[in-house]
Amino acid sequence: MMNKIIDFVHKAGLPRIIIGLFLFALFVIAPFVGVKLDISLTNVMNRFGMNCVMVLAMVPMIHSGCGLNFGLPLGIISGLLGATLSIEMGFSGMVSFLMAIVFSTPFALLAGYGYGKLLNKVKGGEMMIATYVGFSSVAFMCMMWLLLPYRNPTMVWGYAGRGLRTTISTEGYYLHVLNDLLSLKFGGIVIPTGMFLFFALLAFLMWAFLHTKTGTAMTAVGSNPIFAKASGINVDAIRTLSVIMSTWLGAVGILVYEQSFGFIQLYMGPFYMALPAVSAILIGGASVNKASITNVIVGTFLFQGILTMTPSVMNSVVHTDISEVVRIIVSNGMILYALTRKSEVAR
Amino acid sequence: MKNLNISRAERLKRFVENNTVPILFVIICAIGIPLSGYSMNYLINEIFVRLSRNAFLILSLLIPIMAGMGLNFGMTLGAMAAEIGLIIICNLGVVGIPGMILAAIISTPISIFLGWMCGNLLNMAKGREMVTSYIIGFFVNGVYQLVVLYMMGSIIPIANSALVLSRGYGIRNTVNLTGIRKQLDGLIPLRIAGINIPIATLLVIALLCVFILWFRKTKLGQDMRAVGQDMEVARASGIKVERTRIISIIMSTVFAGYGMIIYLQNIGTLNTYNSHTQVGMFSIAALLVGGASVAKANIRNVFLGVVLFHLMFVISPMAGKNLIGEAQLGEYFRVFVSYGVITVSLVLYEVRKKRELSYEGDELAAEQKEDK
Repeated sequence: MMNKIIDFVHKAGLPRIIIGLFLFALFVIAPFVGVKLDISLTNVMNRFGMNCVMVLAMVPMIHSGCGLNFGLPLGIISGLLGATLSIEMGFSGMVSFLMAIVFSTPFALLAGYGYGKLLNKVKGGEMMIATYVGFSSVAFMCMMWLLLPYRNPTMVWGYAGRGLRTTISTEGYYLHVLNDLLSLKFGGIVIPTGMFLFFALLAFLMWAFLHTKTGTAMTAVGSNPIFAKASGINVDAIRTLSVIMSTWLGAVGILVYEQSFGFIQLYMGPFYMALPAVSAILIGGASVNKASITNVIVGTFLFQGILTMTPSVMNSVVHTDISEVVRIIVSNGMILYALTRKSEVAR
Repeated sequence: MKNLNISRAERLKRFVENNTVPILFVIICAIGIPLSGYSMNYLINEIFVRLSRNAFLILSLLIPIMAGMGLNFGMTLGAMAAEIGLIIICNLGVVGIPGMILAAIISTPISIFLGWMCGNLLNMAKGREMVTSYIIGFFVNGVYQLVVLYMMGSIIPIANSALVLSRGYGIRNTVNLTGIRKQLDGLIPLRIAGINIPIATLLVIALLCVFILWFRKTKLGQDMRAVGQDMEVARASGIKVERTRIISIIMSTVFAGYGMIIYLQNIGTLNTYNSHTQVGMFSIAALLVGGASVAKANIRNVFLGVVLFHLMFVISPMAGKNLIGEAQLGEYFRVFVSYGVITVSLVLYEVRKKRELSYEGDELAAEQKEDK
């Protein structure tokens, strides 16, 4: 029995169990301190759905050995371009959402291609450079959002007639198109079925891809690039492909996020968006060079669960909101844990 | 001698290649200064302000580079330690130069502890020190917020009610540092042709420069350079690699703390939760603009970097306004340039490192291709 427990702890990883128990404790305490469980559960599911595609975007790059995609803002920007273009053209409802994906795709492919080529030149130092590629692209787009000739009055500053606003409402365009699709209601609990189905589709495609020949090659490149090269795999091409996939998923991820959140956040909005996604997949049990779909689901649930539950429970118990601090410590602590593990260093 | 045979054009080309970033900045500034419409007097004044404000912070980055640990993004740790010191002296009501010295004394043990922790973590993450130190900065920022926003005033007693938020605990978002404002800058005032020169601050900075130059020649400094060259060779020759690396980070953190105190006495207000977050990025960008790389940096880079980077910083909003009628654009431009410079420098460093490392591998691959 003891052995089994030790085995389980070893397999699941101590930090994961601690975080899991913490979340469980929060759920148990919640009803006693007057937090409504149904609302909390709805919130957790909502935020899970909002974020899981962006967390899924981490998977291909981890598989191909490019490390954690701190450059996710690049993908997010492609998504934002798609979103604003779709609104500019005046599409509404589900069409608007789909068109946003269509419009963002060429940007994501192009940006991902360049980004992938760059990362091939800097093997071993990908993560730091990815971070700064993300930052520079966000800062560059800050200028572009001001200068690009958008005209739709719901998006540009009213008095100047040009330059996009910092936040743009998706209401009337694609607000909640996935959330409300086939959504189910049990008492106070609302399940955003459409969002889950959309994620399930992408996750299934990812899973299937990883089992194709190219997908297996990607895993091989990640686990042993020299062996992969020796067995005739074009390492650089596979890595570029993984980066393109990751960037595109980042673009789709932000669109899913926006349709639920209700606002498009431009300018410095995407700046730190990579960190929650990175820590979520690490909490789910991924490491710097290993990740699965299960890691994505478990990680997003645990991370978003804590983010949702801590403020409501803490507020009721101690009447202070320390959730922001908890978020910073947990998410960055998790990234540090992953970066400093001995086994990964000896790659 | 091969070197003697290089033509002038060749030499020029090599010079440009080695100094791409500073040259680019000279060009940006040359275009920007007339566009901004600022007077020369104003700009020179600004440069002296920025120089005295930032140089100490940037100098603190030199030691880890010497030890081969790259750019110390964890210098924010020292900045946070300094901020805690400053909050405490404000609480105690110590003002003037004694206040600054007391803040420095308080910050030192905190910096040493944080630097020791950071150094140990970085030893566990060899080969990716930069990204790790960067995340450590975020992590400690969380702990800092926990201490300053929740513990100060509740667990740690704060007597000065002007510091505390109206809810009864936690430090206010801005702390007024009137007690030490410009105390060091104004200690030995000098004014030449309308330009204020903060002699005392510049002397302190010069002192640190001398210390760094001296330190490079000591046994420990030599050890650090050896570790920076090649860890394994250093280990084989009996240097305690891990210990040396930890010391270099501790020194950097402590100096960053002192630098932050100088920085904040110049500014005069402490943004309790924001002041430290940008300091690392701007210091690193300035150092890189001065022509430093991840593996090599010297004092010349620091001063050239401060002048060029901050000149760009001062002129770009006005230049943006006069060029397109939008000051905001200039502000975004300078943020973009700061991040862009770091990105380009990191890429160049990795490309060069990879070229050296993969040289043998490429040779082997070429041989195998020939065999086919």
